[in-house]
Amino acid sequence: MSTTSGVATGEFAQGKPPLNPGKRKSLHDGSGRKAAILIAPTIVLLAIVILYPVVSAVSQSFTKDAGLDPNTGLFVQGGFAGVQNYKLWLLQDCGSGAFSCPPGTLGSQFWTATGVTFLFTVVAVSLETVLGFTFALVMHRKFKGRAILRASVLVPWAIPTAVTAKLWYFIFAYDGIANKILGTDILWTGDGWAPKAAIIIADTWKTAPFMALLILAGLQVIDESVYEAAKMDGATAWQRFKHITLPLVKPALMVAVLFRTLDTLRMYDLPKILTGGAGDTSTLSMLVVDQVRTGFNAASALSTLTFLIVFAVAFIFIKFLGANVTEQRAPKTKKAA
Amino acid sequence: MFGKPGSTATRKISFTLALAATGVLALGACGGGDSGGNADAAKGGNSTGPITYVQGKDNSGIVQPAIDKWNAAHPDQKVTLKEQTDQADQQHDDLVQNFQAKNADYDVVSVDNIWTSEFAAKGWLQPLTGDYALDTSALLPATVNAETYNKTLYAAPTTSDGGLLYYRKDLVPTPPKTWDEMMSMCSIAKANNIDCYAGQYAQYEGLTVNVAEAINTFGGSILSEDGKTATLDTPEAKAGLDALVKGFQDGDIPKQATTYQEEQGRQSFEDGKLLFLRNWPYVYSLAKTDGSSTVKETFGVAPLPGASDGKTGASSLGGHAAGISVYSDHKKTAFEFIKFLQSEEIQKDWLTKGSAAPVISSLYDDATLVQQFPYLPELKTSIENAVPRPVTPFYPAVTKAIQDNAFSALSGSKSTDAALSDMQKSVQNAISGGQ
Repeated sequence: MSTTSGVATGEFAQGKPPLNPGKRKSLHDGSGRKAAILIAPTIVLLAIVILYPVVSAVSQSFTKDAGLDPNTGLFVQGGFAGVQNYKLWLLQDCGSGAFSCPPGTLGSQFWTATGVTFLFTVVAVSLETVLGFTFALVMHRKFKGRAILRASVLVPWAIPTAVTAKLWYFIFAYDGIANKILGTDILWTGDGWAPKAAIIIADTWKTAPFMALLILAGLQVIDESVYEAAKMDGATAWQRFKHITLPLVKPALMVAVLFRTLDTLRMYDLPKILTGGAGDTSTLSMLVVDQVRTGFNAASALSTLTFLIVFAVAFIFIKFLGANVTEQRAPKTKKAA
Repeated sequence: MFGKPGSTATRKISFTLALAATGVLALGACGGGDSGGNADAAKGGNSTGPITYVQGKDNSGIVQPAIDKWNAAHPDQKVTLKEQTDQADQQHDDLVQNFQAKNADYDVVSVDNIWTSEFAAKGWLQPLTGDYALDTSALLPATVNAETYNKTLYAAPTTSDGGLLYYRKDLVPTPPKTWDEMMSMCSIAKANNIDCYAGQYAQYEGLTVNVAEAINTFGGSILSEDGKTATLDTPEAKAGLDALVKGFQDGDIPKQATTYQEEQGRQSFEDGKLLFLRNWPYVYSLAKTDGSSTVKETFGVAPLPGASDGKTGASSLGGHAAGISVYSDHKKTAFEFIKFLQSEEIQKDWLTKGSAAPVISSLYDDATLVQQFPYLPELKTSIENAVPRPVTPFYPAVTKAIQDNAFSALSGSKSTDAALSDMQKSVQNAISGGQ
């Protein structure tokens, strides 16, 4: 009566501990070389695709961007910049002290962009979590037409982001559907709060289904018998939700929230197409791309900063909030064992 | 029963995974370092032979026939067409990457006139001097100025473009000659319950085009002649930007125009909801032929209105040019080919088959062509009075500085004075090297 997948992972996890010490021992008795050879291609590949770009971006961020030779009018190589590129962003220092970047320069927009990126992340991911959870609970129930509902809920997620953005761009046009339905004449891609709201709405519409799907997967591995037992003990629906559903679905939920948070922190295409950065909606990634066109090395510093921000958030999630990316079933099976 | 991850090993794996996830970010920004310009004399070769011509997608199908003509006449110096995407930003980045790789396969490249000075300053375009000196006497001067950086011509203009004023003939029999005259006609729009005037004021390149037009029309400028100083703190520049800001304040320019790119304005005009529209020549044939156009028979075209009588408005100049890559091995052929592209024969072909605005002055006066394209005389006036957008290698930063501050002024969150003062500072910051 218990789900087969639960049993399978349980056995797998149980079989694992004796396997590990054995492997470690074999590393010492000579056959370790074979393991090293087998693992080497993966390590090399990882080094190429992960380590090299990161290291190269960091090293470039300490180089000055090419400047003009006043006599020839040609660009000349910049040389070592020290931390000037970082000061440009963190202190908005355009060369003559902190906060010397006038409005309209990229340097003056770092903190605005950081703020707006976090605003999008916090608001959109919260909305997506609530909506996604609701969808998942609905889809989890057994009723006629469940398959069709599950498939149709996924449609927004299946549409490419660029298309979504263009779609909402038309909806939010001045004489578009949004204003007609609401009976307003809001400039959704103009100035003020409206463009920010537009981006959050479009992003939530697009990605709540993704949340729903991941949470649904979490819901489905919860053993029915747990609920039955709780019901026998007289637990109310709310108590069952709070003490069974919520804790048991938490690993899946946290992974979903982590993925969406990382995604939103590096959001580029949606705001780029929807508002083009109007009304202070430039995200950090948009700032990086804009800066690449004017100076590659300062852009490296900015992308390094963005990388650190995203990394810190990911770290906090995994370390303190219990998002467990790899062994989702481990805690559960431990108890079962 | 949940939450705490099992072992330290698990945690390490999670950590690595997070690193991998975030690593993707850094990847995006590593397109390749910037080599900067250098005066490497021994680049490419001065000989004849087959070459490649690179340009954006040939949507109207006029480029390949021109190349076929060339190939028929020059069997030993064949030209191959390489088409890029139809996205301007991607075309730019593709050219940059190929130049950085010193790719000899890109012999002749089509450059948007706002890129010329950047490519020239990076040492990627063959200066058109000495053996490669180009006779520009037949060309519209503005198109030549746009390709001139540091007093040197770097590319041969091949197509041009200028802004036009579209107006409702049925409501306004004679088009306005000056800005004030146009604004005084807004009462007609009000009486008919439609919007008066619009251009492109969303926060994108079109805003730079429109703001530069306003500033230039009122006698101001964005950069000094040598391109080394920002010149926005002048009464003329203020008069220009103020004209637009006042238009928004008075409601003569509808507030939704801050979300208009070319197409939204055209839509509004074709729907009969707009009295005057500033747009490019492409609108002409669409407004005549579109099924949904309600103004087919009732619209006219005029040059952009000036600041005072007798002076036409200053359009921003659009258009492309053909430049020779310094890494080309067959520059002699490349040079002959760019001359061929701006020959009267090809320019006429491109106009008649693809309605591309020619760069040769005399074509605009050709009676048969004018019959086919009635807007040609107005377009000629527009291009003759056109001013290239700031000619500087730091164009991307300059256009951003203009867009951000002008948008604040037009949407009312900053005064004209504050916007111009910030624009002056940020443009100056941009052209002093962006650091």
